[in-house]
Order: sequence, then structure tokens, then C-alpha cells
Amino acid sequence: MSFNMYQENILDHYENPYNRGSLPQPTLEFRDLNPLCGDEVCIQASLDTQGRLDKVCFEGEGCVISLAAASMLMEAVEGKTLKEVKEMDRQDMLDLVGITLTTMRVKCAMLPLRALGKAIHQYEAEGEDG
Amino acid sequence: MTLPLQAQPALDVEALRGDFPILSRAIHDRPLVYLDSASSSQKPKAVIDAVSRYYQESHANIHRGVYVLSEEATIAYEQAHVRVADFINADFEEMIFTKNTTEALNLVAYAWGLSNLQAGDEVVLTPLEHHSNLVPWQQVAKRTDAVIRYIRLTADGCLDMAHAAEIIGPRTKLVSVAQVSNVLGTVNPVDELGRMAHAHGALICVDGAQSIPHMAIDVRVMDCDFFAFSGHKMLGPTGIGGLYGKRGILDQMDPFLFGGDMISEVTLESASWNELPWKFEAGTPPIAQGIGLAAAVEYLQGVGMEAVQAHEHTLAHYALEQLRQVRDLDVYGPESEDDRSGVISFNIESLHPHDVASILDQHGVAIRGGHHCAMPLMRTLGLNSTCRASFYVYNTLEEINVLVEAIGEARRLLRR
Repeated sequence: MSFNMYQENILDHYENPYNRGSLPQPTLEFRDLNPLCGDEVCIQASLDTQGRLDKVCFEGEGCVISLAAASMLMEAVEGKTLKEVKEMDRQDMLDLVGITLTTMRVKCAMLPLRALGKAIHQYEAEGEDG
Repeated sequence: MTLPLQAQPALDVEALRGDFPILSRAIHDRPLVYLDSASSSQKPKAVIDAVSRYYQESHANIHRGVYVLSEEATIAYEQAHVRVADFINADFEEMIFTKNTTEALNLVAYAWGLSNLQAGDEVVLTPLEHHSNLVPWQQVAKRTDAVIRYIRLTADGCLDMAHAAEIIGPRTKLVSVAQVSNVLGTVNPVDELGRMAHAHGALICVDGAQSIPHMAIDVRVMDCDFFAFSGHKMLGPTGIGGLYGKRGILDQMDPFLFGGDMISEVTLESASWNELPWKFEAGTPPIAQGIGLAAAVEYLQGVGMEAVQAHEHTLAHYALEQLRQVRDLDVYGPESEDDRSGVISFNIESLHPHDVASILDQHGVAIRGGHHCAMPLMRTLGLNSTCRASFYVYNTLEEINVLVEAIGEARRLLRR
């Protein structure tokens, strides 16, 4: 296997992340952990009047792969509807990252999408309760 | 890099490496440099052969059949208990085989803790503990309303013994502590903690997972009440570990698991318990693994635990010296080498341990990156995770050079 996990674009996203930070009043928010390594990512988002992800951002402690994946995910989901985001699966995330990952490192790349999925789930569940 | 004379190891490591088939493997076209023995050690051919020979020649269930195979299996499994008991200077009856350290500690927590702890009783632990010597006690404390107290750490990751003397007192019923930290390599003064516990009528349970592979253990000299360990970290198979307990205490305890082989007599209404150690080994045990563990112990005895310890001390000394020269690299744990074993945790500023471990893997170097099943310790140190290199009897000084070079490569690849 040739070594291609730390390609230029991955390192670029890691060093200059897209929408890393926090929102003053997020509509959606979820902090998720990778129990294997203790890495964490927190995703926040707000919705526009059409229910699209208007602002999305992340904060986190993690490796190059998980934080670059978070940055790429933020870029990809901005402006999307919740339904569109919920339809994103593992393969979509791997395509987005665009590099070959070893089995253990796939978990790193999936952390941000999982956090976003849980944020949406939580938001929708709260909506039903209210 | 030339090696300083005094750093030459005492044992013939090159010859010894020939006993470990896996060490001739290439990883990503490079020689394997295995520096994760604190997680699980590799196995010498003697262990692999003992397991294989048992399955090929002698396998049957133990304590059941009257035929030759069952007798051979029974004798081999019982002899394994004798050898492992001898290794730590315990009696046969005091040597319970378990799945691993985790199961051994759960046995103490459930079979001793639940019936001996009451509301307000105190269990003293340390922030250095592996989750396996922490979570079971949290659960027992919830059910019994016992209280868990923690001995503070000093700045460099040693136990604050003055604080230990303060909190180990009349309410203490048990002190449970790792002899060696799996993260920092700190060697804890378990003898002294045992004296403190006994002075207040409390027991001491020692988690020996990281000590028994690397140093001579004498449970009588240590005067511990329980000693738990895993086989797979000491050259043995997975799925086998052990618990030593003082006979008088084990006699007073009810079994942990119930079922076959641990009974003496069963009626439809009740049952009485088998004698030690079988009272604590319910069901068909890990026979092959127990035999493999005995082979591992025999191998270690052949090398000699003093030689094992001296070799690892040489490796740790050299590794610390080399790593401390690396720019922006922090080594955690005791400053003094006398207080540490062959486990070294470190971080390179701004590099995540997973990224470092991934790149090192490309160089054939296997290290661990993560929280090492010690999340509370990570929090105490203000960290999420560390890189951890750990050494064993088959590692060489040259491998440490490969480690240091690969760290340089990781820095280059990650533009740091």
C-alpha cells in the first residue's frame, strides 16, 4: 500500500479548516466522541426559513483525519436540507475525503458525519416532543 | 548512530528474537518494529507449539473423563496452575485462572466487594488505574453505597504517598492499585501501600497486568491479598489470565460464576462449592490457553526475570535519552528511571497520536496512540491521548533508532 493518507488537500483542510468555530445560538448541536481514542467533535448549525442548513460549524479535538473530514463535511452540507444530509452515508463521506483509509482510521473520518446525524436526530425528536 | 557501550543489553537479544516467528515479518516492506507489548506481547514458538501440541495430541475436557486424553488434559491444566503459582510464589489452591486481568478484577469486585462493602466503607484507588481497575469499583460502589477515594498524583505522575497516608484510614476496606501504570510506566510502591492498608485492617488488591511480564513477583514478599494479571502480555495466549488470592480470603468468598466444575454437590434445591481453586473456575476453562501460559512462564524463567528487567531498563534508558533530544517532544511520567518500567508515553507538539501512529506504521513501527483505557488519567494530565511505545524482552536498541527516525518522518509529512 502506498502511503497517501496525508495528502495535500487533507493537510490543507486540517491547517485551514472551513467553518471551524461556534455559533452564538445554534438550532442544532451535538458533541460526539470516538470512544476508541477519546477524540471529540462538536457540530453546530442553524436553519434558514426553508429549513436548509444555513450556517454550520464544528469544533473539536482530534487527529488530522477527523478534523479534515469535519472541515470537508461543513463545506459539503452548507445549504443542504436536513433530508439531504440524513441521506448521506458512509460511502458519501469516504468519497468526500477521497483517500484510502485503513480500517481503524475510517472511524476517524466518520466521526463528524455521525455527530451531525445525531444533531439532526436530536433536533427532530425535540420538535416532535414539543 | 553508534551505541554506547554501557547501553549494550545483558541478554542475547538477537538469539532470543529467533524464538519469535512473527518478528521476521515485514510490514509495508520494512522489518516489523513491535513497540506495543504493554498492549499485548508477541509469542515465542515454545508457547505456540505447546498450544498446538495440546490440541493435536491431548485435547479432551478436564475433570470429567476417565480415559487417557481427559487424564492428560487434566494433568496438563493442573500442572499449568502449579507452574504459574510457583512463578509468583503462591500455593496451587490460591491460583485461579481467569480470562484476563479484567475478569480477575471483576471477580474481586463482585465476589468480595459486593458482600464485604457497606455504605460509607471506602475503596482507595489512584487516577493511574486502567479502566479495568476503576469501572468495576464504580459499579460496586453504586450498589453498596461505598465511597471511592483517589490517591493524588505528583506532578510527574507518581503517587503522592503523603496523601495516601492521609486517606487510607479506618474506613478503608480495600486499596486497589496498579503495580505499574500502563500509560506512564510508573512503578508504584505496592508493598508500602499494602502495609498502610493492613495497618487499618483493609485489604490490598494489586493489578499486576503491567508488572508480571517485566519483573519478578513474589506475592508473599509483597504481602498482597489479591494479585491480578493477564497471560497475553507475558508471552502467553489471549483468553487466559490469573488471580492470586490469599487462601483464607478465598475460602470466605462465595463464587463469582456458577455452573459446572465449580460445585461439590448439587441437588434440585441447592449446591455446595468445589475446593480451591476450582470453586472460582466455572464451566470448561481455557485449557489450551492455560497450558500455553505455563509454557510462557517456563520461557520467562529460562531467560530469567532479572535479565528481562535489566534488558528493559537498558531499552527505556536509551529511549528516554533519544526521545528527550527530539524537538518539541514531551515525555510524560516520572523523571527518575528508577520509578518507571519500559512504557513511555509522549506527544509531539501539535501532532495527534493517531496521525503519528499511522505514519510510524508505514515504517513498520507499531506503537499505540490513544487514551490507553485510562481516560481519567488523561484528563488529570490535561490530555486527550498520547503516543505510547512499550518494550519487552525481544526489543533492541536499533529498533529505538528506527522509532526516532520514523518520528522525524512523521513530522516532515505533517509539515511540522
